[in-house]
Amino acid sequence: MFIADKHQFKVDFYLQSCTMLKVIKLTENLKWYKKGLRDGIPIALGYFAVAFTLGITAKNAGLTAFQAMLAAGLTNASAGGYAAFSLISEDAGYLEMALTQLVVNARYLLMACALSQKLSPKTSTLHRSLIAFDVTDEVFGISVSVKGTLNPFYNYGAMTVAIPGWALGTFFGVIMGNILPQSIVIALSVGLYGMFLAIIIPPARKNKIIAGIVIISMVLSFVFKILPVISGISEGMRIIILTVAISLLAAILFPVDDEENRKDGEKNEA
Amino acid sequence: MKHNIYVYIFIMAAVIYLIRLLPLTLIRKKITNRTLRSFLFYVPYVTLAVMTFPAILEATGSIWSGLAALIAGILLSYLGVSLFGVAVCSCAVVFIVELILKAF
Repeated sequence: MFIADKHQFKVDFYLQSCTMLKVIKLTENLKWYKKGLRDGIPIALGYFAVAFTLGITAKNAGLTAFQAMLAAGLTNASAGGYAAFSLISEDAGYLEMALTQLVVNARYLLMACALSQKLSPKTSTLHRSLIAFDVTDEVFGISVSVKGTLNPFYNYGAMTVAIPGWALGTFFGVIMGNILPQSIVIALSVGLYGMFLAIIIPPARKNKIIAGIVIISMVLSFVFKILPVISGISEGMRIIILTVAISLLAAILFPVDDEENRKDGEKNEA
Repeated sequence: MKHNIYVYIFIMAAVIYLIRLLPLTLIRKKITNRTLRSFLFYVPYVTLAVMTFPAILEATGSIWSGLAALIAGILLSYLGVSLFGVAVCSCAVVFIVELILKAF
């Protein structure tokens, strides 16, 4: 009897700790989801305003509000969207559409590579596949700025508001055209850049190498924009060329070790 | 031949998703090569900096409101204002500068 009780106690204890671990994991995920949701709100607002203009492009290309919303919600890409709608209006071939999307959105390949290093190696394929759906400039930006490893629920939180913001902005852009006051659309359009600055400036303040790289990136980006021949290259291509060239040079000149990487991850949080 | 809009949408969605999906699902381990790891460490800073400047100057009605937003954004980020705070303040700065520019 006594032995049976003891055994029962062990089983109970085991089950209880399992439940407790699950609860801890659940609250952890919920915490990250809420954090993602909060950081996603400015993104969603910015998206809504930018997507409004995307909707106007879609309308001019002959898409219905539903088709435009579907395209926006499934792709979550701005430059890709603009390129696609102009191709549709020209009745371009399907292969041309595929190739254009590949080139215009190739920077997401780099971002997804960088993001893969932010995830725990244990992260399941399902989580990875879901995160992949919304690797945008902005969601990527906030994802890499979280401290330590990335919990997929952070992305789910951001996606919950960012995707509808983008899709609905496009939808209303088609049906309402220019109803929203121009002064508000203009003001909202810099919100996304403000966010980018909030991501790159704090680490740059604490790390001189990052500061130098940020300044060089901006200067070269400006030079590429005004140089006669190079400025003919599409914006997407320019971003890729500069990102690869500058990051590679920085990696060779100033390699980071794990220690530094971790420290910077913590700094980003501050 | 008139192409189907839904096929266009399917193609663009599929291509973009694959671009994002393949690195995330194929690269499962921490990369050990120091140069490659450093490269990926610098990618976010470079790409966000390149995308911000000079694009922010062209995002608004005039170069001046864009420049004001850039300066405000850098200053506030430097002081440690949150993501949301910096985003909202940049928008407010543009709104105000545009109003002032219109008044003159």
